[in-house]
Amino acid sequence: MAKRSFLIPGVDKRLLIKDSIKTMPDVSRRRFIAGGASLGALTLLTGCDVIDSSSAEEMLKSVSKFNDAVQAFIFNPDALAPTFPESAITKPFPFNAYYDLDDAPEVDGNDWKLEVRGLVDNKKSWTLPELYKLPQVTQITRHICVEGWSAIGSWTGTPMRDFLKLIGADTRAKYVWFQCADKDGYNSPLDMRTALHPQTQMTFKYANEILPRAYGFPMKIRVPTKLGFKNPKYVVSMEVTNDYKGGYWEDQGYNSFSGS
Amino acid sequence: MSSLTVTDEQVSATPAKVIQPAWVRVMHWINALAMVLMILSGWQIYNASPLFGFSFPRDYTLGGWLGGGLLWHFAAMWLLMINGLAYLVTGLATGRFRKKLLPITPSGVLHDVRAALTFKLGHADLTVYNYVQRLLYAGIIVVGVLIVLSGLGMWKPVQLHWLVMLFGDYPTARYIHFFCMAAICAFLVIHVLLALLVPKSLRAMIIGR
Repeated sequence: MAKRSFLIPGVDKRLLIKDSIKTMPDVSRRRFIAGGASLGALTLLTGCDVIDSSSAEEMLKSVSKFNDAVQAFIFNPDALAPTFPESAITKPFPFNAYYDLDDAPEVDGNDWKLEVRGLVDNKKSWTLPELYKLPQVTQITRHICVEGWSAIGSWTGTPMRDFLKLIGADTRAKYVWFQCADKDGYNSPLDMRTALHPQTQMTFKYANEILPRAYGFPMKIRVPTKLGFKNPKYVVSMEVTNDYKGGYWEDQGYNSFSGS
Repeated sequence: MSSLTVTDEQVSATPAKVIQPAWVRVMHWINALAMVLMILSGWQIYNASPLFGFSFPRDYTLGGWLGGGLLWHFAAMWLLMINGLAYLVTGLATGRFRKKLLPITPSGVLHDVRAALTFKLGHADLTVYNYVQRLLYAGIIVVGVLIVLSGLGMWKPVQLHWLVMLFGDYPTARYIHFFCMAAICAFLVIHVLLALLVPKSLRAMIIGR
């Protein structure tokens, strides 16, 4: 194989493109367990085709739900993700999505409004200038992707828990559910305890500059206690809810809690 | 006369020497299954973002895609960890580790390696491990502990931050996790090969004698 050029170890452009092709709507991929040929090895070993059965799929889903509960149990709301000096920041910080950068949402900051729905006192929508006026803090933390690679970045924005207080959210509710401008309608649920974690942030800046398109302009949710796919970009609305509404990747089989 | 009868009775009443007690056999085969599931699903996860310039062949991965591989990995980990913990506790509590795996001396290992390479290493008494076996079996237990600890650290790098610190940082834990897997695969090849070369050792791990 020809030598690849790596953005950072473990991330290369061709793989990302391959990933985006892989994530095109494909009915068969949603049946994530039925790997067919890829399970040949196990079939060979056990002499029976246990893996192809839907019972294996059900078993794995149950264990994943059990793992959600285990992770919620060991989640310490006061445990902070490690922070780093500026010198540790990964340059360039990788762009990663299920589509190419050219297909990333182009949001007009003048038209954009953050919609607030669900169990909150004040359901008013927020313009970007209004949000920019809120107190902001900066964090330099490690972003860990479900794929295994990680990168350190600098994010600036308003702590989520301050905003939830400001809008009078019912913080006894189970989830804050985010919807995004990505094609195919990206969305992701965040458990309330994580939403209230001191480092969970409504992010408006990367490396002290207005959040570029690649990283989720105009607003991303930075959650250093979750895997990257639970850090939604191009957020257009948030809903405080007791209902589990699923998520783009969660529905396809990624563990829903996916906490760090 | 009577003493002879007693001896006969003793011989017939005492079954052949147990080489591998039942708990060792049960835990060994549960571990074998868990290891295979962890390795094949781990290769699937590796392929999503390879650490090196190669990927594992799709036919030898579990789960169909990254999401499926992760589900398998985080399900089989319970089997591996619970069984592994029970094995460590029983091995220490019964004194089996001490009796079977110690001592390991450099001169003993050198002697037995030389004997093995010249096909002079005896396997007459399977209840006593030679120095090569002791080193490999003790070594793979240490690797097993390391791969679980580095894996747990990667699973919960914030909640179990101290575990990640033990290995340096998150990316380092990832490399260590990989190299432990490679060590286990190398062990597996040698282990299976030797078991096939000395079939009575395989029989002992199945029926105990």
